This record gives sequence, structure tokens and C-alpha cells, in this order.
Amino acid sequence: MSDLLALYQDIILDHNRSPRNFRKLAHTSHEARGFNPLCGDKMTLYLDVQGVNIEDVGFEGSGCAISTASASLMTERLKGLTLEEASRLFDEVHRFLTQPPDTPVSPGSQLGKLEALGGVRQYPARVKCATLPWHTLDAALHNRLEPVTTEAEPHANL
Amino acid sequence: MATWIQAKKTMDLKQQMEMARRDFPILGQLIHGKPLVYLDNAATTQKPFAVIRADTAYYETQNANVHRGVHSLSEVATSLYEDARKTVAEFLNAQSSSEIVFTRSTTESINLVANVMGRSQIGANDEIILTELEHHSNIVPWQLLCERTGARLKIIPILESGDLNLEAAATLFGPHTRMLAMTHVSNALGTVNDLAPLISLAHEHGAAVLIDGAQAVPHMGVDVQALDCDFYVFSGHKIYGPTGIGVLYGKRAWLDRLPPWQGGGDMITSVSFQHTTYADPPHKFEAGTPPIAQAIGLAEAIRYVTGIGYPSIQAYEANLELYALRRLLEIPGIQLIGQPLKRASIISFVMNGIHPHDIGTVLDQYGIAVRAGHHCAMPLMEHYRVPATVRASFAFYNTYEEVDSLALALDKTWSLFHP
Repeated sequence: MSDLLALYQDIILDHNRSPRNFRKLAHTSHEARGFNPLCGDKMTLYLDVQGVNIEDVGFEGSGCAISTASASLMTERLKGLTLEEASRLFDEVHRFLTQPPDTPVSPGSQLGKLEALGGVRQYPARVKCATLPWHTLDAALHNRLEPVTTEAEPHANL
Repeated sequence: MATWIQAKKTMDLKQQMEMARRDFPILGQLIHGKPLVYLDNAATTQKPFAVIRADTAYYETQNANVHRGVHSLSEVATSLYEDARKTVAEFLNAQSSSEIVFTRSTTESINLVANVMGRSQIGANDEIILTELEHHSNIVPWQLLCERTGARLKIIPILESGDLNLEAAATLFGPHTRMLAMTHVSNALGTVNDLAPLISLAHEHGAAVLIDGAQAVPHMGVDVQALDCDFYVFSGHKIYGPTGIGVLYGKRAWLDRLPPWQGGGDMITSVSFQHTTYADPPHKFEAGTPPIAQAIGLAEAIRYVTGIGYPSIQAYEANLELYALRRLLEIPGIQLIGQPLKRASIISFVMNGIHPHDIGTVLDQYGIAVRAGHHCAMPLMEHYRVPATVRASFAFYNTYEEVDSLALALDKTWSLFHP
């Protein structure tokens, strides 16, 4: 059961039960939607960007524990970053989630708490749940209006 | 005394099914170090040695193309393939084996009927009646037909129990009704539909009836003449046979009247660039080299299942299902989706605050295979306002101990998410 506990760590279960920033924003500059039709997971991400700084973040939607916790942890982390930093964070998280399970975290990693999402790497069918909010972020940063999906990508190496 | 006889009967059935279980080599393996508990039988069933060996024997000693050539192997393969058709005809109690068309799957069978009906029988403003219980495979082909012809769909709603609302159904039939296409057993809820009244109603309005039997044939004997349906379809892989083989039963009068679907070899009597004459049913609907090994494997599966016997299968599965329902209801937070009057070895449920996909992942760690998702029945999920459910579906080879394993693992799932 150790894999299971690595997947459903306390921090994941906590963010699933009480998602942070689960709300629509009064002022939204960037917005994007993510939808995995086979799972039914769906989310809308709101960013309030002033200048180059992300002042506030919110999300709404419904999904499994992994996608909910991933979205919640992401929003917590994004506040106060510049657009440039958010974009770099997306790259790092995406690389991290799609690596083989035992790949060590690189020195100078900015992941911090987000490392808790790494449990999905043992579960190829669930990687798409963790990456959905991040691809939605990428779409928001690039003002892409089409809903994002992570289902079409192959298992394990999104 | 009566109780004692009942107990002995139950014991005999359990022993009989334990013996049968040993015919399925895959069931002996470990998943994540735990004995495999396979409860995803509505998705596909496991295969007994008899079916696996028929497949091997065919490729080792009998393989040739059918209906071509006069060499010995071709004659052997042709007669095995046509014997398989007879086995299916007897299995469904069709009047003749010419009423059995082999296809790739239930889905292909439905697409075939929708296509040829759309080309010859159904036009603008005609109506096709479906039910809210349908699998996408019995929705989308009819929608495509509507797009092509301008026909319209009407949907028989369900009651909260997951049974069809027959009163509402009666109001949907009218002078424009051309077709009733409905499932025998719901793949998502397990509801066993009472077909007789709806088939008569459809016939009174001059409509043809297609029954999707994919989830019925693994659990109950079917008599197409007693049902009086015009088409009955099912898949080999859900009744312990191979994938890649489906069955379309059609009344001979319909198969004679309908145009061919796909064109190619095997479905013609003569071809010139000016004119082609088509073969008689069933070959008219079987263009190209058919799934030969798969048809032979399906016949073997049917012999295997009828060898155990539907009365035993039904009695055992009914007891197992009741036991499973009782155990599931003891678990905190479980809510059954659909509580139909009659169900066929399928139980759908959700747990408060835990997404079905998380439940599926946790159960898998305990070696338990269930389906978590929308079961290709999105309109039905919409009805119950859930994005997905967990579905445990049983076969005669499942045991009471496996139900206990499921219950224990669900208990642990609940504790994990509600510490």
C-alpha cells in the first residue's frame, strides 16, 4: 500500500477536502477552461494579472482528488509570481509529473510542496488528472480560449 | 426441511461455480501482490480454457479463408464458421441460421441496422424511440441516421429507480414511429427491462424493434421468437468469447427486404461493372473475410455457458448479487445509483466526498478491478447528476469471498478519505 500512501498523501487529501482559492474572482484578466471528457473532470481557472504580476488566482470545477488537489496547490503557489515565473513553473511541474517515478528532483528545484503531486507517476492512468490544472494555466497564460484536455496524450509521458 | 433443501442447493451451486472458476486461467493471478478480484465483467468477461484452446486449435490446424477455394482446409474452416452460425441460431432460438449475421461487435451490429434502415425505411419526420438507459452505441448511430434523413429521436424516460417509465413510454408512440431501439439490460445500472409490452406497443404502431442484448446474454437465456423482436444484437467478448465478433439476429423477412451495408467479396452472387447481384442473407451483410477464429471461439463460449446452464447461472448470480448489495449497504457513505426491480449482476454506486476514479485507483491496489467512469452512458449520468459512478459487475465465477474483499477495500477507501 506504500504507493497508495505516496499518491494520497495527507497534503493531497487535505487540499481535496478543502480546496484553496475555490472561487471566481471579482476581477479576472486571464481565464481558461480544462475538461477531460472521459473522466468528467472540469475546471475554470481565473487569474487577476496587473502589469506582469499575478495578484490573485481562483478556480472552480469538479474532479477527482488528484485534479482538485493539484489545482488547489497550484493556485496557492501562483499568487505573487510574475507571468514569466508562472510559465517557468508550468515547465518544471510538467517535466516533473511526466518523468519516470524514481527520477530525483533537480537541485535548485522550485517545486517545494508541489512535490507531493509526484505520487501520480506510479499511476500512468492518473497523470492526466494532475496535469489538467497546469495545462489550463498554460492556456490562460497564452490566452487560449479552447478548453484544454489532457486525455488525448499518451499514458505516462504527456 | 425446506430450509435444508435450500441450503443444500445453495451449497451445490457454490461448488459448481467454484469448479467452473478453475476453467479461467487468468483468475489465478496476483495484482499488486493480491489475488485478482475481477469485477469488471460488464466491460468484458474472462475466457475459459475451452475458448482459448479453440482459438489455438483453429490457427494451429484449421486456418483458411471461408467460402473460397475447394481445398480441404478451406472446407474445414467454412464448415466450422457456418456451424458457429448454427450454434448462435439455436442459442437465440432463431428460426433459421440465415437470420444470424456475424459482425465485429454489438456496436457494429447496431450501426449496420441503423445504416440500412436509414437508406430504405426511415425518412424525414419519422421517429425513432430510444430509452434513457442506452449505451452511447445505441444512441449515436441513430443520431447519425437522423442527421442524414431528418428523422427525430424520442426518449423513453426512467423512474428514479432506474426502471423505464412505461406510462410515459406509451405516449411516445405514434403514426410516425418507425423504430424502437432499446437495451435488454442497462450496462450502467443493471436494470433488466421488461421488453414484452414495449415490443407489442412498437409493433402495434408498425415500428421495427432492435434489442441491444450485450449485457443480457451473459446472464439469461434469450428466445428471439418468444420476444418477437425484429433485431437482437450482442457481442462475443461479453459472454466469455473472443473480442472482434458480434452478432446481429434479424428476422428473415427484414434481412431479405433491407439493402446491403458494406460492399465487397462474399456478399455477392455475381459482379460486373454494369451490375452486381447480392448474396442471400446472411452473407449479403458479411462483406470481406469475416472474423473466422472469433466466430468459432464464440460458438465454443456458447457451448461452455449453456453447458453450465442458465438456471444455475441465474440462481447463483442472484444470490451473489443480493449478498453484494447487503455488504455494500453496510459501508459508510455508499449511495446506490439505481435500484431497479430486477437487475442483472451490475451494481453502480458512489461514495460521499470520494470521486469514483479515486475509488477505482484504491481498489486496484487491493487487486480489485471495477469500472469507474460514465460507462458510455452520459445521458444517464446526467439524469442522476453524477459525473461518474463505480460499477461492480459480476459473473458466475465470482465468489462470496471476493465480495468480502470488495467490501473491506471500500471500507479502507472510506477511512483513507475520511480520517
